[in-house]
Amino acid sequence: MIDGGLNSYHLQYLLFGALWTIGLSLIAFVGGGLAGGVIALCRVSPIKAVRWATIAWIQIIQGTPLLVVLFLCYFGLSIAGLELPAIVAASIAMIVYVSAYLGEIWRGCIESVPRTQWEAAECLALSRTQRMRLVVLPQAVRIATPPTVGFMVQIVKNTSLASIVGFIELVRAGQLINNSIFQPFTVYLLIAIVYFAMCYPLSVWSRKLEQRQQFGNTRGTATPSVTTA
Amino acid sequence: MQYEFDFASVLANWPQFLEGAWMTILLSFPATVIGFVGGTLLAIGRRGDTRWLVKACGAYVEVLRNTPLLVQVFLVFFGLASLGFKVSAFAAALLTLVINVAAYTCEIMRAGMDSIHKGQIEAAECLGLTRRQVYWHVVLRPAMEKVYPALTSQFVLLMLASSITSQISVEELTAVAARVQSETFRPFEAYILVAVAYLALSLLMRLGLWVFGQIVFTRQRKLGNAK
Amino acid sequence: MNLARDAAAQPSQPAASPAQPVVELKDVHKSFGSNQVLKGVSFAIPRGQVVAIIGKSGSGKSTALRCIDRLEIIDSGTINVCGHAVHDPAIDLRQLRQDVGIVFQSYNLFPHLTVEQNITLAPKAVKNLPAAKAREIAARTLQQVGLADKAQAYPEQLSGGQQQRVAIARSLAMEPQVMLFDEVTSALDPQLTGEVLRVIEALAQGGMTMVLVTHEMEFAARVADTIIYMHEGKVWETGPGDMLKHPQTAELRDFLSHGL
Repeated sequence: MIDGGLNSYHLQYLLFGALWTIGLSLIAFVGGGLAGGVIALCRVSPIKAVRWATIAWIQIIQGTPLLVVLFLCYFGLSIAGLELPAIVAASIAMIVYVSAYLGEIWRGCIESVPRTQWEAAECLALSRTQRMRLVVLPQAVRIATPPTVGFMVQIVKNTSLASIVGFIELVRAGQLINNSIFQPFTVYLLIAIVYFAMCYPLSVWSRKLEQRQQFGNTRGTATPSVTTA
Repeated sequence: MQYEFDFASVLANWPQFLEGAWMTILLSFPATVIGFVGGTLLAIGRRGDTRWLVKACGAYVEVLRNTPLLVQVFLVFFGLASLGFKVSAFAAALLTLVINVAAYTCEIMRAGMDSIHKGQIEAAECLGLTRRQVYWHVVLRPAMEKVYPALTSQFVLLMLASSITSQISVEELTAVAARVQSETFRPFEAYILVAVAYLALSLLMRLGLWVFGQIVFTRQRKLGNAK
Repeated sequence: MNLARDAAAQPSQPAASPAQPVVELKDVHKSFGSNQVLKGVSFAIPRGQVVAIIGKSGSGKSTALRCIDRLEIIDSGTINVCGHAVHDPAIDLRQLRQDVGIVFQSYNLFPHLTVEQNITLAPKAVKNLPAAKAREIAARTLQQVGLADKAQAYPEQLSGGQQQRVAIARSLAMEPQVMLFDEVTSALDPQLTGEVLRVIEALAQGGMTMVLVTHEMEFAARVADTIIYMHEGKVWETGPGDMLKHPQTAELRDFLSHGL
């Protein structure tokens, strides 16, 4: 094991860390996605108090570094008397962070569904919930797909901060390896390459989705044109 | 929960927090300015005719946008050291932030410049302006105005991301919080305070950038909204 | 009035123009990919004359106009404008574009600049005129197009007709020798067309050499010295304004009765 250089055992350990990176990213995405959906809906709620509270919450989360949110969750848990592994603190922090950003992205997508769609649904006597569920949300989901995929890249990158509270994902795994072979530059270079391998395909996919959607938009939306006599 | 909050002992260290905030500003402001210029140059290179330059700028942007800032900071810090350069943590941090924000600025500026209608460029060329003049008057200036909100958000994100440099011992706000909590054993209060400080800094930054935008973009000032 | 298909057409009025025509195209060919748009276009425009080019969409009229200012590069043939050889790859474009002014269908005003700044940009940047002189010129050209009070407005605050008139003023400020108009009223509401046509007519009466690609038949018949009817990439028929009352070819008859 300790032979002065990187060996296959080290590489296996790095890959092990990468798997945990993916794991934490999925937790963040699913948890943050669910919470983000709630936030997006609260953000467009007709009840003023709900709207304002949500705006305030989003502003607070978006105005605080993720690292600070992470520390607050980490120390907050121990204050609450809970002795839980680092992954719990990291997961909570990531979910809080992701929900605020995804919530805003999705809100933007809901609002970018043309007004005329809302009006058409209203004129068909659909209730507000029905309008949202049957007409607006399906369209919003389509619009939201490219930026959501793009944000997944941010999620994967931000899991690197969990290393700071001791969670053994890719960066922490690398630091532990470095502690025995003392080649920080090589180790971090390798880590960077693995991150790139994970993130770049997502970035490319997100761009492809965006291009496809723009092409789809230029072929006309579902709004009917008015014919003149 | 039997925990008793004690903000007083943490607040007693307010001079240190102020110094930390100052360090955050010292990192963010130059990084923003230099990164913006660098990013704009990258965007120009990316849209140019020289193929190798287009590819090189593209590769630069992709690498930086698909790797975490934490890893970039470590790479720069340890990389420079292993190459024999003795740089301070602050210099390494500043360099990393500049390199990072230039990549994001490049994409934002590129989108702005690409959105300029071809007819504008034709009209300017037909008035006899040189390529460089056309680029400055008809492409760069309107693009900057158009993407200014996106740039503002990016620069605020940069300021928040500077917290990561605490990991190479730069004495900015987050590092101060870590130090104070190790002395007062009040981590939660310390980080709450720092969160409030960052919030205040982001609000101040947004306000400052908005005012700057109003001064520089006279059309916005006179007509009110950005188009 | 002669039928003229591929020949270099001269207007049948006695032309007292001195020496060189201001614009001269000889056997110009231009293709976009496999689509041949200009199939041997020739015509000459003497100084002070107004020429209207009419024809169906796809006849090549806009392309021919754009070739004059080297917005499109021709495949073969020659184009000479104000003494410049436009077909020559080594041409000094800056000089050409100071002698040629062009107004586009979509006005293409610079949205981030005021009307005055739109007009003074080129005189300052290209001719290096001092700001005061440039502003003077801007005031004069704005007066010419009837918008003297709009100098400090931004394009988005103006109507389409007003924006187009500013575009004309912007080109005039460079004091060109010939003005090109590419379907400049096609994007306007009918009630705004009149104000732009009035400006163009005034310019014509002032002796400016002009080439107009237009769909405004009555205007063309009244104002133009020569009308060129293009069909399928060639000059099909040409003659003075009242040529439109007596079309010689079936294609022109067809075009006039069916409109565009």
